[in-house]
Amino acid sequence: MAANIRAKRPFRFSTASYITRIDNERAMNLGQLREGLARCSDASVFYHTFQSLGRHHFLTEGFSNDFAQWVLAAVNLPGLAEQLGGLDIRNYVDLSTLRSDALRIIDEFCLAHPDDERSPAFEPFYFLSSVEVLVPLGVEAWTLDEFRYWLERASHTSFHFHFLVSRLRLHLQSNDFSVWFKEELGLERLARLTERIDICTDTLEGGQARLVALIERELAA
Amino acid sequence: MIATTAPHLVCLDDYVPILRAQEIDDLRALAKRLAGRSVQMVNSTAVGGGVAEILNRLIPLMSELGLVPRWDVITGGADFFEITKAFHNALHGVPFEPRPHDFETFLACTEQNRQRLQFDAEFTVIHDPQPVALIDARPPRSGHWIWRCHIDLSRPNEGVWEFLRPFVCKYDGALFSSPEFSQQLPIPQYQFFPCIDPLSDKNREVEDETVREVVERFGIDPKRTILTQISRFDRLKDPIGVLRAYQIVKRYDDCQLVLAGGSASDDPEGGAVLADVREAAGNDPDVHILDLPPSSALEINALQRASTIVIQKSLREGFGLTVTEALWKKKPVVASAVGGIPAQVIHKHTGLLTHSVEGTAYQIRFLLANPALAQRLGEQGHEHVREHFLITSNVRRYLALFLFQAREN
Repeated sequence: MAANIRAKRPFRFSTASYITRIDNERAMNLGQLREGLARCSDASVFYHTFQSLGRHHFLTEGFSNDFAQWVLAAVNLPGLAEQLGGLDIRNYVDLSTLRSDALRIIDEFCLAHPDDERSPAFEPFYFLSSVEVLVPLGVEAWTLDEFRYWLERASHTSFHFHFLVSRLRLHLQSNDFSVWFKEELGLERLARLTERIDICTDTLEGGQARLVALIERELAA
Repeated sequence: MIATTAPHLVCLDDYVPILRAQEIDDLRALAKRLAGRSVQMVNSTAVGGGVAEILNRLIPLMSELGLVPRWDVITGGADFFEITKAFHNALHGVPFEPRPHDFETFLACTEQNRQRLQFDAEFTVIHDPQPVALIDARPPRSGHWIWRCHIDLSRPNEGVWEFLRPFVCKYDGALFSSPEFSQQLPIPQYQFFPCIDPLSDKNREVEDETVREVVERFGIDPKRTILTQISRFDRLKDPIGVLRAYQIVKRYDDCQLVLAGGSASDDPEGGAVLADVREAAGNDPDVHILDLPPSSALEINALQRASTIVIQKSLREGFGLTVTEALWKKKPVVASAVGGIPAQVIHKHTGLLTHSVEGTAYQIRFLLANPALAQRLGEQGHEHVREHFLITSNVRRYLALFLFQAREN
């Protein structure tokens, strides 16, 4: 019975706030986007992919990351935008692979469409990054029931931090929640189902509600 | 005359129905680490304009969160504000030949304010260019000083910027509403969105009856299409361009145009622009040019809510809080892709961006022909504002900034 299991270590909820730093790099065409993407910081890649999803989580269609949106709106290349938008951040355990894949997509496109590489954009792409300020919320869960209680009361930012941002910190194809379910409660199935929650096509609120529903099913089993 | 809400001190819990209690709890958790620490905000006007509106709500909320905030407004004569208005326009790229006398007047007024005001806070935020030189009042080994620039600095007049830049370089960081405005500076630069207050008279929910009453009082027909631009009468807001776009739309669709503007005490140019707009509009009975006093928040709210489409055809724009206000009211917005507007209007997701009079007219006609799309853009725009551009998000960003600054040192 999942409800009776008590963890050895509690789950501690945190929230994070971010300040957006303006880096001195901008792109005025696709070629410059490629160059900027090749040399920008990991923090910038993170900002324009993982954090972009968090910032625009209420848009459930046609928006995936800043690169794809800019390619669509500013250089009007919907095919390339779709390819970049197809990068599923949940498949990545490090930023260098995500960066390489984005670069490969742009390179292949430029090879096939050399005229588009230097076509001027309607508006520039600005490379940004963010500074994280992490604050523990001072609440902890020892059981799945307690976890559900606090999860229902967690902010979007807190959910985003533990569910998405944690993936990079952990260098795992997982998230804080799944790790705790598996390692502390021994609930491997719940951990696996949690990993499958698709935040790319749902809002953060929807993802959070889905996780609550999974936990309720586990508690009722 | 419509009664505004009885003055009552808005508190954080009042935002719970809008934001969820969790977001407010997060704010309290962040603020806990800053309890008792002092913050000073300095700007150039207490009434009119977006900055004063933001500070009016930011200060009480910071106070409720346990910080010790203070708001100071610099003073100056008409000559000072004429010069700062000229600087303001020049920083937006309007041609201007500064004279040595302008800089002397600017520095003399700064000196008077430096002597009048006290600077002993742990975190000092100076808003916009008017008080920027107050950085020289910073006591040695004192707290953190941040320059918050609300205006579009993407193409600044060289002479004015070269004069101001040495002052900016003395700050610990600079905050811009859009990365487009950032400059080559030796200090860290951050993107910092302005915000609106969903509980203010300008943005709170109002009854349909009130909306109708306001619209009819101004002679506007609520049953016909209403296109609206709310802005100060300022050339950079391009009211004449809006008029031209409306005239194109009018060839195809029956509609009315509302150009409604307030005024700010630091803007001496508004009267001349208003006269030009009236002349350009001629005798068209469907064009309503409304020169509203600063106490017209509820009227502006009602006009925005009554609008079919809200336009913001600015030539330059710091951020465009009138866009934020319209999006919050779920209105479809057609706006220029300048300044901070693209951060709010994500093309085809939360509104439509344009680059010309003709483009503005085309997108208005497109939305009039596709009301379902217009509604979806408005609803997504509302969510975008809830997430990023409300006063609570602004408080959160300031708290994070102060925590970061304190950690860095």
